[in-house]
Amino acid sequence: MSDKLAHFVSDAPFDPYTIETLTPEQERVYMASRWLMMWWKFKLHKLAVVSGIVLLASYFCIIFVEVFAPYNLHTRNTDYLFAPPQSVHLIHEGEFIGPFVYPLKFKLNLDTLKREYSDDADNPQPIRFFCSGDEYEFWGLVSGSFHIMCPPKDGKMFLLGTDRLGRDMVSRLLYGGRISLTVGLLGITISFILGITVGGMAGYFGGWVDNTVQRVIEILRSLPELPLWMALSAALPVNWSPVYVYLGITIILGLLDWPGLARAVRSKLLALREEDYVTAARLMGAPPSRIIGAHLLPNFMSHLIASASLSIPSMILGETALSFLGLGLRPPVTSWGVLLAEAQNIEAVALYPWLMLPMLPVVIVVLAFNFLGDGLRDAADPYD
Amino acid sequence: MLHYVIRRVVIMCLTLVVVSALVFIVIQLPPGDYLTTYIAELESQGEAVNLEKIEFLRRQYGLDLPLYQQYFVWISGWVHGDLGYSFEYSLPVTEVVGDRLYLSMVLNFSTVIFVYLVAFPIGVYSATHQYSWGDHGLTFLGLLGLATPNFLLALVLLYLANIYFGTSIGGLMDPEFIDQPWTWAKALSILEHLWVPVVVIGTAGTAGMIRRLRANLLDEMQKQYVVTGRSKGLSEGRLLVKYPLRMSLNPFIADIGSLLPQIVSGSVIVSAVMSLPTTGPMLLSALQSQDTYLAGSFLMFLATLTVFGMFVSDLLLAVLDPRIRLDGGVRR
Repeated sequence: MSDKLAHFVSDAPFDPYTIETLTPEQERVYMASRWLMMWWKFKLHKLAVVSGIVLLASYFCIIFVEVFAPYNLHTRNTDYLFAPPQSVHLIHEGEFIGPFVYPLKFKLNLDTLKREYSDDADNPQPIRFFCSGDEYEFWGLVSGSFHIMCPPKDGKMFLLGTDRLGRDMVSRLLYGGRISLTVGLLGITISFILGITVGGMAGYFGGWVDNTVQRVIEILRSLPELPLWMALSAALPVNWSPVYVYLGITIILGLLDWPGLARAVRSKLLALREEDYVTAARLMGAPPSRIIGAHLLPNFMSHLIASASLSIPSMILGETALSFLGLGLRPPVTSWGVLLAEAQNIEAVALYPWLMLPMLPVVIVVLAFNFLGDGLRDAADPYD
Repeated sequence: MLHYVIRRVVIMCLTLVVVSALVFIVIQLPPGDYLTTYIAELESQGEAVNLEKIEFLRRQYGLDLPLYQQYFVWISGWVHGDLGYSFEYSLPVTEVVGDRLYLSMVLNFSTVIFVYLVAFPIGVYSATHQYSWGDHGLTFLGLLGLATPNFLLALVLLYLANIYFGTSIGGLMDPEFIDQPWTWAKALSILEHLWVPVVVIGTAGTAGMIRRLRANLLDEMQKQYVVTGRSKGLSEGRLLVKYPLRMSLNPFIADIGSLLPQIVSGSVIVSAVMSLPTTGPMLLSALQSQDTYLAGSFLMFLATLTVFGMFVSDLLLAVLDPRIRLDGGVRR
């Protein structure tokens, strides 16, 4: 007697994934690349996204400063020294005539010796857009005269006032941004290269290399940065051309900033070098530079970028501080720090407070970089 | 413990030696020395050069010796309390700096105290009231404090004081006490003026400290021993003070390492802006006029201040946290 079940084989084609079929939506998430996942995670940090946009816009601006600025960097309006910020109006005597400014009337207050300006409210002067104004050399290469926004015909427009030589603050702020913002980028590049090389060697080789590097980092980190920066930039020869001074300052900024990055690289490498794929690469005869560069670095690049974006602001602040003290960049090179150096005279600032305006972009950019860095740091590890 | 202290002292001394060499190299970087600049300046003005004096100075400080010998002349002078000669003031550095070093120390020390006193309660409040309005507001203020460079803050304060009070809040004492011998009245006057620079310098450090304390405390408060404590019926206040707060104090002290260089940096530039009679303004002018030994002394002093501060913080940490391995080597 046999009550065994008959042997059964289904004819249907076998698909092992039928049980947990992925919807296209899930498929997209599971198969997403690392960078894509970081982007998704980054998008959740609203403040970081906004900061990113602000920074992108600023960097876009500094590429086309010549076009955005209504005046040139050194255009002097000798009749309008210390002119106050003008306001833009839209309606004149109940009639809409688009954005315009009132011309300024100048009077010297003989009691305080303050230069006082008042609006001449009878005579609206419309601001021109997409127009031709001051001649410029775009990046010193192509000459042109096209501006997004120009002062009125036969008139002046100082939306943020002028300085002691009658130079428009809007234009100077924009041109200053070109220097201040690139100082951070160049400096971080130098510090990045140094940090990766030194930290990479320490982390990969270990032993005495690691020990030496660790001691050096400890010593460098225990020193107050600013006095050292000051001493180093005071050592730049006085007869250097502005471009050399600019490069010198960025190098100085980068030279003292790498220990933090090197430390991050080292600790990551120490953890990663024990992984099997590193052993495999080594057995296949890859030299250390290739193992570090091709296999290990991509693994923690995101962390590095995040920590780099957090140290850019300190460089921008460093340059501002140095130039402010008169040890950094010198006119005619104009950065936000150079502009602020003019605000050192507190009596002048008390009369003409708009001299302190360059503070604003500094604070905004530094804040934005901090938020962006926070967002990037959170996003750097998308598998959490 | 004694072992550890000795080891740390040795490390500190070695660090100081390296730092002094670094400082010396940095101040020797500008081409030429003060004397060549000085002679050129005098000659351009058509004045007679006192060759004897210059020759004396050159010999005294070995300016014609090779660099490494100059370094030994300089550093051995330090050991004897001779900081070198300020060419600009034609006085020994020790006489030029006068009270500045003490005032710098007072300023930096008060700032550290200020940072702790302010950051501690705010950090604890932020962590215990996470995501409340107070927390958000304080966090925002802190971020603003982090992003505003202290010298700009000083500038704004100077401006506001000028506008609303018509006075200058610069300086560290009332004018009548400057260059006067120390009296109680002078000390009091310094205390009255001290708080402005202290707040200005301490803001960024305080903001950073609050952020770290908040993060640490939040981490600790999620740990299981806290849950255990709570389920035993400990009151919230007692629970907080007894365990997580103590744990989060640790980084608080270890942070002196990053706080001190920051404060010293800040005090230099803020002093220069507010013209305080500390090391800042004089370091600046010494650097600009290539007054080698004066600048070097200030740099060395500031570096020593931070290195010594870190030494103290390490010792404190070792006393407070038994988990830290004192021997530094293998675990027994």
